[in-house]
Amino acid sequence: MQNLNAAVNFWQVLYNKTKEKIMNLNNLMTGAVLIAAFATSAIAEDRTIRMATEGAYKPYNFINDNGEIDGFEKHLGDELCKRANLKCTWQTEAWDPIIPNLVSGNYDTIIAGMSITAERDEIIDFTQEYFPADPSTYVALAGASNDAINGVVAAQTSTIQAAYAAGTNATVVEFATPEETIAAVRNGEADAVLADAAYLADFVSSSNGELIYVGDPVAIGGGIGMGIRESDTDLKATMNTAIASMKADGSLAKLIFEWFDGRVVKY
Amino acid sequence: MFEFCIDPKIIEGFSWWSCYLTTGKHLYFYGSFFVVFALLLFTVPLILIFAFAGAIARKSSIFPIRWFGILYTSMVRGVPDVIFFLFVPIALDQGIEYLRHKAKCSDWTESIRQGNDFVVCQAAKMPLGSSDQWVHEAYGFFTAALAFSIVFGAFAANTIYGALNAVPHNQLETASAYGMSRHQIFIRIQLPQMWIYALPGLSNLWMILIKATPLLFLLGVEDIVYWARELGGSKSERFSSYPHSDWRLGYFIVLLIFYLILSWVSEIFFKRLNFKLSKGQATLGSSQ
Repeated sequence: MQNLNAAVNFWQVLYNKTKEKIMNLNNLMTGAVLIAAFATSAIAEDRTIRMATEGAYKPYNFINDNGEIDGFEKHLGDELCKRANLKCTWQTEAWDPIIPNLVSGNYDTIIAGMSITAERDEIIDFTQEYFPADPSTYVALAGASNDAINGVVAAQTSTIQAAYAAGTNATVVEFATPEETIAAVRNGEADAVLADAAYLADFVSSSNGELIYVGDPVAIGGGIGMGIRESDTDLKATMNTAIASMKADGSLAKLIFEWFDGRVVKY
Repeated sequence: MFEFCIDPKIIEGFSWWSCYLTTGKHLYFYGSFFVVFALLLFTVPLILIFAFAGAIARKSSIFPIRWFGILYTSMVRGVPDVIFFLFVPIALDQGIEYLRHKAKCSDWTESIRQGNDFVVCQAAKMPLGSSDQWVHEAYGFFTAALAFSIVFGAFAANTIYGALNAVPHNQLETASAYGMSRHQIFIRIQLPQMWIYALPGLSNLWMILIKATPLLFLLGVEDIVYWARELGGSKSERFSSYPHSDWRLGYFIVLLIFYLILSWVSEIFFKRLNFKLSKGQATLGSSQ
């Protein structure tokens, strides 16, 4: 965390200083354009950045009525690419093979609500977080007691929640997609589901009281960052700069406020 | 799609359904049925090619070729499909990119394997990063189809190998007595007669192939099961103009009917084919 903060500060200072200098030099040009020019220097001009997301994790990412990728991360990603002056395209990828296909070079970034963990960090690199650590919560059918969290708990495969639940007294059942974890609770296959609070919030609020929170929220995992190949240092630096600029001007906080039911974060 | 669909909240009944069933997402769903057919049409010839190559290799009198045939049929059949489907497209893709990289970027000094990463120059990317999304999808489709063909080809090779051996030996001896060469015996006597023995095995494989298409999503191809799951999942008012609860059961019943019809049509087709191939054969089927 300390390193991360140091990195954030470093970029912010660099960003502010550069901006100041450039602004003084030429008032006609807007800051954004200049940041863009500053940020892209390291990436080849003909390169298209391919972004992969799961498309099944509302509100982070999902497929909208038109069959297009939508959600917080889609808007964030597009804005980051605009600021970094990159050409970006999107694709969906199943959760399980999302890391193998990144290191194999089928796309360049994972932007899919992926928490920064030490385990994943050994295989790929992460940008600085664009979403703060979100506590995970248990959700069960109405009428369930707090003991549900020690019963059969549903979680998505290869997630921090699946790893955490395996360490508790609960019996863990894993599913390939997040939607199935909720369905497992609804049809009684599991007593409770453990997932990111932001993902569950929409299900609970739209269930007309059918689903309730049980137990206490648990703090697992760090913030959410963009996954990038370890060798792709240029792209990582570029994205870090773009994220820092969105944090600095408050547009990231605004985006989070819009997509996460008015959640207020300090960046 | 229709003009009255602008605000789905105020419409209901038939017009709601006509709007709901024509959203962009549903159009992708309908399109994905063609993806399944395209996969079947594309893989079947490939499977037969792999199967014949494998079966003939196994029968070869040259031992490295025979070993290769045995290795292919037994190894591929022994490895779980899911592992194979994850491995082949990535290996294939990396192999192609490696060759392109060697050919196009000879001045590249960094190594291709950097830790976990597989890094080739931009010009060697397959397809190019700047290509349209549909090119990427088509490419993914072809690698997926190839992986399918390799796996099912191994099973079919075994079936055809068995069928070739099942042709009565006296038929081949008689052909030989008539002065036919080995090549002629194979083409004129053994090959036409083996189909009737291979058909039950091949029709089994066809049925399995039809149902195996949901594995496509593992390979990055969005098939009917993916869209059915995606469409059927519960939608809240916040993220969709057509909120509904978990409707996956309904969508899966549609798929069930689709697969049943497909199996039914296939059954009829194979029955006719069986009848046709049985004619003039010294088997019980021909006298029925």
